[in-house]
Formats: sequence, C-alpha cells, structure tokens
Amino acid sequence: MESIPILSLILWLPLVAAVVVLFLPERRAMFAVSLAGTLLSLVLSVVVWVSFESGAGMQFRETFDWLPALGIQYALGVDGISLLMVLLNTFLFFLCIVYAWASVHERVKEYLFTMLILEVGITGVFLALDFVLFYVFWEVMLIPMYVLIGVWGGERRVYATVKFVLYTLFGSLLMLVAILALYFVHGNTTGVYTFDILELTQGTYGERFQLWAFLAFFLAFAIKVPMIPFHTWLPDAHVEAPTTGSVILAGILLKMGGYGFIRFSLPLFPDASELAQTAILVLSVIAILYGALVALMQTDLKKLIAYSSVSHMGFVTLGIFSFTQQGLDGAIMQMFSHGLVTGALFLCVGQLYERTHDRLIANLGGLAHRWPVYATLLLFFSLASIGLPGLSGFVGEFMVLLGAFMTGTRIFGVLAVLGIILSAAYMLWMYWRVMLGTLKDAHSRLEDITRLETAVLVALAVVVVWAGVQPQIFVELFSADTSGIMQGLAESGVSSAVIR
Amino acid sequence: MADVAWLIPLLPFVAFAINGVFGRKYLKKHTGLIANAGVLGALVVSVALFIAQLDHAEPQSVTLWTWAVSGDFALDIALRVDALTLVMLLVVTSVSFMVHVYSIGYMEHDPGFWRFFTYLPLFVFAMIMLVMANNLLVLFVFWEAVGLCSYLLIGFWFERQSASAAAVKAFLTNRIGDVGFLIGLLLAWYVFGTLDYDEIFAQAPAVAAATPGMLTIICLLLFVGAMGKSAQFPLHVWLPDAMEGPTPVSALIHAATMVTAGVYMVARFNPLYVLSSNAMAVVAIVGAFTALFAATIGLAQNDIKRVLAYSTVSQLGLMFMALGVGAFTAAIFHLATHAFFKGLLFLGSGSVIHGTNEEQDMQRMGGLFGKMPVTGSTYIIGGLALSGIIPLAGFWSKDELLGATLLAGGMGYLLYALGASASFLTAIYTFRMIFLTFFGKTRMETGRFSHVHESPRVMTIPLIVLAVGAALAGFVGVPPEHGLIHDYLHDTFIAAELAGLVHKPSTAFVLGVMAVSTLIALVGILIAYSIFMRKSPAPETVAGRAGPLHTLLVNKYFLDDFYDTVLAGGTRGVGWLFAWFDLNIVDGLVNLIGLIVSGVGGGLRRMQTGRLENYAFSVVLGTALVLAFYIIMVR
Repeated sequence: MESIPILSLILWLPLVAAVVVLFLPERRAMFAVSLAGTLLSLVLSVVVWVSFESGAGMQFRETFDWLPALGIQYALGVDGISLLMVLLNTFLFFLCIVYAWASVHERVKEYLFTMLILEVGITGVFLALDFVLFYVFWEVMLIPMYVLIGVWGGERRVYATVKFVLYTLFGSLLMLVAILALYFVHGNTTGVYTFDILELTQGTYGERFQLWAFLAFFLAFAIKVPMIPFHTWLPDAHVEAPTTGSVILAGILLKMGGYGFIRFSLPLFPDASELAQTAILVLSVIAILYGALVALMQTDLKKLIAYSSVSHMGFVTLGIFSFTQQGLDGAIMQMFSHGLVTGALFLCVGQLYERTHDRLIANLGGLAHRWPVYATLLLFFSLASIGLPGLSGFVGEFMVLLGAFMTGTRIFGVLAVLGIILSAAYMLWMYWRVMLGTLKDAHSRLEDITRLETAVLVALAVVVVWAGVQPQIFVELFSADTSGIMQGLAESGVSSAVIR
Repeated sequence: MADVAWLIPLLPFVAFAINGVFGRKYLKKHTGLIANAGVLGALVVSVALFIAQLDHAEPQSVTLWTWAVSGDFALDIALRVDALTLVMLLVVTSVSFMVHVYSIGYMEHDPGFWRFFTYLPLFVFAMIMLVMANNLLVLFVFWEAVGLCSYLLIGFWFERQSASAAAVKAFLTNRIGDVGFLIGLLLAWYVFGTLDYDEIFAQAPAVAAATPGMLTIICLLLFVGAMGKSAQFPLHVWLPDAMEGPTPVSALIHAATMVTAGVYMVARFNPLYVLSSNAMAVVAIVGAFTALFAATIGLAQNDIKRVLAYSTVSQLGLMFMALGVGAFTAAIFHLATHAFFKGLLFLGSGSVIHGTNEEQDMQRMGGLFGKMPVTGSTYIIGGLALSGIIPLAGFWSKDELLGATLLAGGMGYLLYALGASASFLTAIYTFRMIFLTFFGKTRMETGRFSHVHESPRVMTIPLIVLAVGAALAGFVGVPPEHGLIHDYLHDTFIAAELAGLVHKPSTAFVLGVMAVSTLIALVGILIAYSIFMRKSPAPETVAGRAGPLHTLLVNKYFLDDFYDTVLAGGTRGVGWLFAWFDLNIVDGLVNLIGLIVSGVGGGLRRMQTGRLENYAFSVVLGTALVLAFYIIMVR
C-alpha cells in the first residue's frame, strides 16, 4: 500500500475521467466512464477508510516539492476529519452521476466534465496539506460551480451565480492575504518560509496578528457555511442551481466552511478564536432560530430546504466554538449528516420538479396517493432532517448540545434546543402540504420514482440509519484528531467557559 | 434468562421490516398475520421472562453496542430487565396483541391494510424499547420514536385534511414537551456526568444535598416531557384530536400504552423525584387538576371517541397525582388496569363505529344493545371498571391512589377533593355515554338502524378477553397494599419508603375510603341515569339546559383556539417578519453593496482602457496593500 499514491488516485481519477469524456461521442459511453471514475474514487476512499488507523494523525501522506524556493509543496494527507469529508464527497458525487443518468439529457458532455472537475476541486480542498495547494483547489472549485449554475440553472441563474461567485471570491481573497501574511510572519520569526499547513499550525502567533488573520479566514469560512448575515447567496444559488448542483452545494460545499474552522481557525488562532467565541455562539444560535423561522415562511421547496440548511449549519458553528470535545465531534457528525440528508432532500425535490414542473408548495398536494415509494423516502429524509433520534441528524445535534451545555452558559444550548420544535414545524408542514391531502388533477397521471432513483435514495438512507444507530463507527474515525485540537486549545490557555 | 430479552423488541421489529419492504406488493393481507405473529412472540417471551423471575426480579442489563464515545461522554445501547420493566412489558405486549387481532377485522376493507400493519408493530417495537431502555438517551430515542408512530397512525387516512392536521398537532405538541425532556437530559449529564439510570440514582442523594435546586429543575424538565407524552394540562390538546386515527390506534397508542410513557418515566425516576418535594408537588397538582379539568370537558362531548379521549387525559392525571404523593405502586397499578379497561372501551367504541357504518356521534345512536349484545356487555364491564365499581379492576387501583392522597396529609386533602370530584364526573360521563349509545330509543334513521350489526368474532373475542382483564386485573392488587403487584414492585419503589412517603393505612381507613369511593361512583351513575335514561330526553335538550357552561365545555375552555391564534399565529407572524427582513434588509444590503461596487467599477472602466486589466490591477493592488498592512501593522 505504501508505494501506491492512493490519495492522488482518489483526487485525480475524476479528472482523468473528465478528459476521456471529452473525446467520447456517445451518451452511454460518457456516463460509463464518469461512473467508473467516481466509483473508483469512492472505492479507493473506502479502502483508505478500512486501512486507516484512528488517532495516528495525518496518514497516506504524499509530499513532493513543487516550488521549493518558495516553500510550496504538493502535499496530501488525511486524518479522520478530512477522511470523513472525502468519503462524503466521493459518495455524493457517485450518486449524483447515477442520478444524472436518469435526468440529464442536454449538454451531457459538458455537464459530466463540469461535475468531474468539481469533484477534483472539492476533494483537493480536503486532502491538501499545503496552503497554496489548498487555496488553488478552494478557488478552482468555484469555476465548475459557476458553470453548473450558470448553464444548467433556472431563470435567474445569472444573478444567482454572479452573487455566489462574487460573495465567495470576496471571502477567499481575504483568506489568500491572510495565508500570505501567515507565510511571511512565520518565516520572519522562525526563518523557515513554508506553506506547509502542519508546520504552520505548529507555530505560535502574536495575539494581534491572530486577530486580523482570524477575521480574514473567518469571512471566507463564514460565507461558505454560511453564517448569518452572510447567508443570502445560498437561497438564490439553490433555487437556480440544477438538482445535482444543489446536492453538491448543500452536501459538501457548505462543509468546507466548517472544515476550515476546525482545520485552520482553531489550531492557528486559538487566542483570537477565544475572543470571537461569544460573538460566534450568538450568531450560531441566531442562525438556528432565525433560519428555521424564515424557512417556516417559504413557499418554494428549494428555498425552504436552503433556509433549513442555514439553521442546521448553525449547530455546526455552535459545536465548534463551544471548544469542547463533544461540540467538535458533534459538529463533524452534523456536517456529515447534513450532507447526506440535505443532499437527499434536494434529490427528492429534483425528482418532484421533473415530474410536476413545480416547486411551489401551494401548487402541490396529495402526491402520496400516486407515489408510495417516493412518499416513504421523502418522509424518511424529512424526519432525518428534523433530528429524529435513531437517524443521523440527531447524533450531531445532540452532541453539539452536550458541548454547548458544557460551556457553562447554558442559554446557548437552551435556545438552540428550541430550534428542534421549529424544524419539526416547517418540515412536517411542508410534507403535509405537498404529499398529503387531495391530489391535484394535473398530477393524477404522474408515475412514482424509478428503481434507479429509488436506489440512489435508499443508498443514502442506509448510511443515515447507520450513522444514527451506531455513530461510534464514524466518531471513532476522528475523535482522536478532535481531541488533539482540544489539547492544542488547552495548551494555549483556551477554555470552554464562555464567561471568564 | 435476560439473555433472550432482546427477542422482545426484535420480533415486532422483524414484523415491521418484513411488512414494510414486502407488504405493498407481495404480502398485502398477509401482513396482518405477520404483525400478529411478531407481537405474539414478544408477548410469549415477556410472559416467560416474567414467570422465570416471579420471585426475584433483580435488575439486569444487556449491553448491545456502543452508541458513541466523545471525550468523557460515553454511552452504550443497553436493555434493562427489572420488575417495573416486566410489568410494563406485560401490559404493553398483551394489550398490543389484542389490538392486533382486532385490527385484522377492523381494517379488513381498508386499502392501507399493509401500511397499518407496518406501522403498528413498529410502534410496539418502539414502546418495548422505551420501557426496556437502561439510560436516558435510549429512553429519549424511543420516546420520540413512539411519537413518530403516533404521528404516522393519527395521520393514517392522509387524504383527510383533519387527520393530517391532527397528526402534525400531535407531533409538535409532543416536541414542545420533548424539548423540556431534552434540556433535562442534557442537564442531567452536566450534573451527573452519566445518563445511566443506576449511576444517576446512586449519585442523586449527594447531588440533592449539594444542589437541591438543580435536582428539582431536572425533575421538572423531565416532567415537561411527560406532560407532552401523557397529555397533561396544558399540553393535553393533541390527544383528543388524535382520535382522527383508526380506532385500534386510539385504543393501543392513545389510551393503553404510549400515553402512559410519561407515568412510566416519572415512576422509573422515583429515586430522583422523592428527593425533590417541590417537583413532586408540581407533578401531583398538575395531575389532579388535569384529572378534574378533562373530566368536565368529557361531560359535554358528543363524539364517542372524544369522551374516551378526555377520559384518558383525566385518568392519566390521576396517575400523576398518585406519583406526586409517592404512591408509585398505585400509579403503576392504575396504569395497568386502565390499559385493560380503556383499551376495551376504545375497541368497543370501534366495534360500535364498525357496526353502525361509521357513526361516531352519540346524538345519533341509542338502543344499540339489542343489536350488539357482545359489544354492549363488554362495554358496560369496561364502563363499570372505569367508574370504579367493586370488584372490577378500576375500583382497586383508583381507590388505592385516592387513599394515598389522604394519607399524605396536608396538600393531600386538596388532591383528594380534586381526584374524588374527577371520579364522580367520570361515573357521570361514562354512563351518559353508555346510556346514549346502547340504551333508550334509538335516534338513528330506521333505514340505518336496521343495518346495525354485531362485529365479527375476530373483533369480539379481543373484547371478551379484555373484558375479563378489566374485570379481574384488579386482583393483582388485592388485598390493598399487600397484593401481588405491591410485593413485586416493592424493591423498585423502595426510595419512596426510605423517604418516608409511604404510610401504612389501617384497615378501617381502607374500608372507609372504599365505601366513599363506591358511593361517589354510584351517585354519579344514578345522576347519569336520571338525566339520560329516566325521561330519555334528546341530548340536545340537556345541552341547552346547561347553557353557557355547555358552550364553555363543548369548546374545551377555548384553549385550542387560544393556541391556534396566539402561539401558532404568533410564530407565523415572527416568521413572516423575519422572512421580510431577510429578503429586504439583509439581502437588500448585499445587493446595495453590489450596486455601489459596480457603479464605482463603471466609473473606473471609463478611465481605464480595458476591463480585464482593471480587475487584475485592482486585485493585485488591493492584495498588496492589505498584505503590507498585515506585515507592518500586525505581527
């Protein structure tokens, strides 16, 4: 195993597939190659998972000099946190391509090419151990997403995609500046000029520098999560994005923000994180409640789920900035679960839209009469989304709440718990209006989802149940790494208590 | 023997899984048999386990797997078998099995037959896990899971808007309670550092000594969950609406088993509750008030199932009242007897609805006894048990818990007054219901009346079995305070005795309370007779005579309307406000900034030759400036 650069294979296989797709004439062949590429990436990620050693830090590392004069390397590696994200990523992309087989019939070549490049960009973000490499992937990923929404999107796709790109670009440019600053400050103090993420995270930085650099990183990540008040690009992007675009957007893109907080903000800037803690906890709780209340009022299915994402991602930042092991573990589980569940919900909405050509809740109703299989699966994922115990959504929320209660200021935890009433309200209300009651005449001849579509959703459902019933399988992957982060915080004198 | 305990939840779960996967396309009507087999299996294993441990029910636990470990939080999925669990298992599995048998007949012509027999064993599985949980988290998981089953089954006939509305109402009201429960659970972990029952109980006295306020808060928060699940005032509003579900569901979930989960939970946490007299007082008062409050509403309902629903709320209130004065055994005793006679009454009402071709309004019934003798007779047995007539099951348990309030002294006298009044009203509304339904001249149209028929055997046999239970189940508690159930549960509830909450009554006291109770019930029945039978007036005339009081009662004190307008409407209002704010202010600002930037960009563009260079230039310049700032100013 040592000799095979397995992470590089996971990372670049989709690119190989993308290039091959360009030269293929036939839809069937293009899909075969894309499926093979994404499936192979998924299988290799599972291989990494199986041979992964919990608690042994960064593994499967590959390091080559890229621009040695500037201290830039091609460096990849996984720990438990990034491995889980890579698994989520390769899993969702494979399912998206399967789903696209049934649903994408126009500009297939371009579509598959874009999707595969997107997968490379996102996987790279989670695998990179060099800041320049990381930043390249972070920005590269924007382009295919821009194309995906801009070409296959809905009516207001230009507005949505420009907003999405400008917003995230704004955040990431500031991050670039902070990365460069980090490079120089680290070089000036130690004499070692490097972009090596692990080495930079080992260093200690002055409080004032930490604060400014933290703010720059914060903006980049907060926009990605998205935290309130940087969230308004999300509903627009979701509404206009094609189904698989929404799946990837909600499923993985948002996770890059949370991942960034965990991987960079906490270890690099512990003192600044501590200073920002109260403010971020307040924003998190606002996100949970405000996002849910706004979701309650949405008339468009995609917007409803978009705002529910804002609410659910509030739990992620709440957990991370509780500075507790449970909060951190919960945040990661919440990201994993949200990726599966919200990805599935967007697939469901896509299937509904393809049949009814409608996403307005008021125009739907009674579809359970015609679609028993679909009705069951949509109900399942709605319940997972509202955090029903026994399914994955509960695990993250529960552990985050445990962490929030440990901060000593229990008000954040108590307020966050109220969010679970609101989430039940908007999801069940949505389900009632869309699936129950009387069927509209216009929909009386629509067919239930196909076997292929069912299979995609069932695959997601299996993992949702698994992670809900036996979360330890996933938690044990990364709990050693999160406890390392906690230890780092403790060494910097950061405690979880909000009021000191 | 506890090694096979996992079979009890597993068998109904397997039935659920088989029916869920193969029911719609392949099994269809066979789903009924599979569900019955699964639940019967659970019943058999429960009985075997009970018999094997009849003399000695030491608490045992079986660890299944590790749920999650995170820092100092660690939790196992574990099952518990002890006396209280076994009593609950017997009640749950036996009533469940009767309801499953009955449902084969009741649901026979329903197109959702397979779906019904998928949900029903799922509920049984969840309820079994709820009573077998060995820590607060597993309890909470299945606490919500039974709520989900309740949601699915209330909304079973999903083409009816009212059914869907009732289902959502039930789920949301329960979630409000569950939030309390969850906060209590999180606090418990914060205080005790564990969620395991025995570990919490072991630490409870020390915690009570150090921070008594915290213990009270935890007890009260858990009780908020119980108020939701067991439909106590002011969270009772969902239960009457839950009658939108098929009647076997009302019998099983909304009378006999799930709604007793709150009572079970407080009883389970008796070592915690006895340490907080304040929490106990709240439990008792809420229970006693709810008992009387719901009974008054029950007087004015015309839907046969709604009478029973308010009766259930009222009876659950009595159980909480008993818990609140430390009479844990009496509460569980009443829970068990109530499961039989209320399950019987609900199934009986279902038989009436079935036999009258979907009539639920008692104003259009009357005189059905001759047409449905088995249903009628068993119904009367259930009614007598509910009213507390000696020697039927309800008499013994209700009498014991009323006696316990008197023995508690102090506030206990008030509780007794509330409880006894509730019992008095219970006898009235129960026999009002029996008289209006089965006796007097029929108020049905002749065409419909002639088609009224007795239900098939598959439905009447469960009625007979439950009637036997309703008649005889009380004898597990005879003689009072020294019956089988008292000995069996003695160790489980030892904490109450140690806390000095258990008072041994004298024989004269016991007999005195019995005499008073019997008198109250008989007077109630006589009043119902004199109003509704002697002159047998139209129910509407009686209602008219009651005037504004009737308006108040028939509208359930307008509490539901208050919730709809103020709470639900208020939430929607805030949501509307935030949605407006989000669209116009937050996003408006973003767009405004976009406009300004593009305006400036437009100005620059006129000065520059090309657009691309302009961007590149400003990016490089901007980046360099900010970078310089970083390096020079802050390091």
